[in-house]
Amino acid sequence: MCKEQMKNIYLPYEARIEDIKVETEDGNLKTYRIVFEKDEDKRNWSHVPGQFAMLSIAGKGEIPIGIASSPTEKDFLLFTVNRAGVVTTALHKMDKGEPIGVRGPLGNGFPVDGELKGKNIVIIAGGFAFTTLRATLIYLLENRSDYGKITVIYGARTPGMLLYKDELKSWQERDDLECHITVDREAPGWDGLVGFVPTIAGQVKPSPENSAALICGPPIMIKFTMPPLEEIGWKDDQVYLSLENRMKCGVGICGHCNVGPVYVCKDGPVFKRSEVQKLPVEF
Amino acid sequence: MSTINEKITTEIRKVAKELLEKDEVAAFLGYTEGTVPMVMKPFVARRPEDVEKLFWNSFCVLNLANYLPLVLQSLEPPRRPNDPLPEGPLPRVGVLATGCWSRNMVVQIKENQIERERVIIVGISSRGMVDRKKVQAQVDHLEITEVIEEDHKLIVKGPGFTKEINRWDVVRDNCKSCVHPDPVIYDEVIGDFSGGRQVPKRFGDIQEIEDMDIEERWKWFQEEISSCIRCYACRNACPLCYCPTCFVDDSRPQWVGKSIDKTDTALFHILRAFHCAGRCTDCGACESACPMGIRMRLFTKKLYKDCMELYGFEPGLRIDEPLPLTTFKLEDPQDYILQQGQKGEEK
Amino acid sequence: MKPLALFKSELDGFLKELSRDYDIFGPKRQKKGYLDWGEIEGLSDLDLSPGVTKTSIKSFFLPQPEVLFEFSTRAREERAFRLKEPKCPDRKRVLFGVRPCDARSIYLNSMPYKDDCYFQKNIERNIVIGLFCKAHLSTCFCTWVGGSPTSTDGMDIGVYELEDSFIFLPFSQRGQEFLRDKGLREIGQKEEEQIDAYKNHAPEGISEGVDIAKEFSQKSLFDLYDARFWQEVTDPCLNCGTCTFLCPTCYCFDIQDEVLRGKGRRIRYWDSCMFPLFTLHASGHNPRGEKVKRVRNRFMHKLKYFPDRFGPISCVGCGRCVRDCPVSIDIRQVIRQFLEI
Ligand code: SF4
Ligand code: SF4
Ligand code: SF4
Ligand code: SF4
Ligand code: SF4
Repeated sequence: MCKEQMKNIYLPYEARIEDIKVETEDGNLKTYRIVFEKDEDKRNWSHVPGQFAMLSIAGKGEIPIGIASSPTEKDFLLFTVNRAGVVTTALHKMDKGEPIGVRGPLGNGFPVDGELKGKNIVIIAGGFAFTTLRATLIYLLENRSDYGKITVIYGARTPGMLLYKDELKSWQERDDLECHITVDREAPGWDGLVGFVPTIAGQVKPSPENSAALICGPPIMIKFTMPPLEEIGWKDDQVYLSLENRMKCGVGICGHCNVGPVYVCKDGPVFKRSEVQKLPVEF
Repeated sequence: MSTINEKITTEIRKVAKELLEKDEVAAFLGYTEGTVPMVMKPFVARRPEDVEKLFWNSFCVLNLANYLPLVLQSLEPPRRPNDPLPEGPLPRVGVLATGCWSRNMVVQIKENQIERERVIIVGISSRGMVDRKKVQAQVDHLEITEVIEEDHKLIVKGPGFTKEINRWDVVRDNCKSCVHPDPVIYDEVIGDFSGGRQVPKRFGDIQEIEDMDIEERWKWFQEEISSCIRCYACRNACPLCYCPTCFVDDSRPQWVGKSIDKTDTALFHILRAFHCAGRCTDCGACESACPMGIRMRLFTKKLYKDCMELYGFEPGLRIDEPLPLTTFKLEDPQDYILQQGQKGEEK
Repeated sequence: MKPLALFKSELDGFLKELSRDYDIFGPKRQKKGYLDWGEIEGLSDLDLSPGVTKTSIKSFFLPQPEVLFEFSTRAREERAFRLKEPKCPDRKRVLFGVRPCDARSIYLNSMPYKDDCYFQKNIERNIVIGLFCKAHLSTCFCTWVGGSPTSTDGMDIGVYELEDSFIFLPFSQRGQEFLRDKGLREIGQKEEEQIDAYKNHAPEGISEGVDIAKEFSQKSLFDLYDARFWQEVTDPCLNCGTCTFLCPTCYCFDIQDEVLRGKGRRIRYWDSCMFPLFTLHASGHNPRGEKVKRVRNRFMHKLKYFPDRFGPISCVGCGRCVRDCPVSIDIRQVIRQFLEI
């Protein structure tokens, strides 16, 4: 670039798909394990749980995807991708070993080394929005002593639609973590919880005392999860949400993701609920 | 003495007020004054007192049919895309219509974009709308700060000049060659109808282009669209362009590149014109809306001419006439459309 | 540095001399009658009539399209992207006759584009020679939004057009260097007096002493967002790209890959918050699916969101959107309505 001293914020790191795992029974969610081509890129990369990156496929374009791996997982990045648009469909057709671009990390992430330190953490997730919360959870567990009680409430439509099934099992077995996994309806072979995430949250009744809740899921889930929490004393500034909007540049310039004066890509995607309430509902 | 337009304005207000007061319509779609000379603003009167803002003059260049579907929809109770319409009659809209606008309403009715029962069409015979770009050319593109309209002339003022212009000299090209100034469907009428017009060389402008040799014509076309900024005002001003996702915006698949590129821009204009074939009424809204002065109406008018010559068809004249490009006749040469056993020879 | 001067009769030679080292662009009368940017080879190409050009200066800073990089179209087979950043153009450009409003837009746009190397590259490439206004159009309102006919924001050099001469003043380091070796003479006494008279022209301000940027920042977002007038403002709007594409301070873009004749490139090109697809999610959900939300966003972004973030209003009062909106939607009216809230 001609402005040599400036970093080109649009240039992706060259990377490669190392592994692909089909996550859900409908095959629409796959987790991609991605490694950098250049060692220096790998060294320079550092992210916070809750951040996202732009994945790039030559000739197809870019798409923002939450980073599903924790910064403590050093050698690779994980992205769980839902097939929805042009780029994600193309990505779903790709094989191991194929080249992919990674631009980021972008956005703010959860304040795991800030406000969340020393607190009890409640993670509430629905559907495929669990990805960056997986990153967060791994990070919390790696630094277990920095946090208080950790509670996870995670639900999907059916057992087959749950992400990271092996890990869920291992988390359920741990005694330093309370893990409630639920599915919407009874299903053959499922002996776990049954019910929507908001209902389960109402039953679990996580204490708001010195706590923070990190909630990711479809807008409708978030809407119904709030009342039972509020009932037991949760305040809006204890609740962290991750917003989604159409994004193009990822650095707060191109204008696509604005919600009022804030840019989801740059000022978010993580916002306290109390901040979201000061914004127009344009997400 | 009031001018023709002032009289029409008074009439419009009267009719609109009555319709709104009697609850015959929930909204009345007309024109109000803009803030710069020679640009009028489509206006939705929702309360009887709003009608005082309605105006009529020679600068009502956009086609009000274009606004009808959205205004009608805005009056319906909110529902999700696939929910059925509520029971019972829905609120109606009153709308002004000149010849071409009313013809576009016919097209809209035939293409199921509006329902005849829900619109009260107030017909006005058009005297031809004025092209503000022509007025600007008449004063060497100096800034115009005021235009006073009389029946047959415009008095144009700017810093340090006043000029009288013969109205007909600056009437839009499409209006000058229009033979259908009277509305074809209407529920109320304002003013007198003209009874039709004779135009000596209705397609003279098209003939000129047809007479060019291929290279010359391609050069003309390229030149004409060279300053297009792809703002799509032409498309958005057109009552025919109602696709939820236009081919230029579609990304699955992507038909046209999105930035300013000669080929992409040409493709946009050619395809837009073809999508309007057999439907375009030559209302001129597209051309009037264009900020760059591109005469893309000539492309659609060529297809208008073709449609007339090939099918003897003019769009929007009759509500009971089938649309040429969505109608198949057994005599049509394209028999691939038929199933076995339906082909002509078995007749 | 003292102001430098050039007789009008010398401008042609000056431009011709310049054109050896620079590509020069300036306001030019177009076939269709309006002024627009065009390549200038000599005085006869230039038209310095009052008022702004049809399109704004932004095409030189945010070109349509900007190539971000090229890549191999055989990335899959070759197992590598082979990204290639665009080469630097070796010739610099002189933008001559940039009106103060357009120049100010460069200054405003460089706020969000601070870290954007492509925009910054264009800043380096373009030498902005502004031309102060000695007359204005009825659609000009720079004085409402923090500008003026003699504003120097965004200019490397500013020029006064006097009776028989042009006066050049540098406003940046680069401007100084540029002027140094161009053989201009020092300004004369008479000319200095003429400059002072020149400064008396300005569009009328909105109202004495009102700083609307400050005023709007102090207003509550929801008071403006939920204001009653939005539906009426929206009704006539076509949701076209005219206002945003002609506007110097509208800077939104989209990014896309193009594969053309065996070459792949990632480009960015103008986009507009007036278009329904601007905010459409892949899921089909659209946070600004209704027209009124889009129209509101355009004005809110310019008059409230941008000032909340960066300070000034994101409008330079050039009046292009007012002049060319096909349905006469007028930002000045919206500003007035904002003030009433
Ligand atoms: S293409 Fe132009 S002239 Fe034809 S109906 Fe549409 S707006 Fe009117
Ligand atoms: S209105 Fe004019 S500039 Fe805009 S897309 Fe149409 S032809 Fe091009
Ligand atoms: S305000 Fe005017 S120029 Fe802007 S989108 Fe609406 S109709 Fe087009
Ligand atoms: S909003 Fe209108 S007046 Fe303001 S800078 Fe943009 S085009 Fe000019
Ligand atoms: S008004 Fe709309 S298009 Fe213009 S800069 Fe703001 S958000 Fe972007």
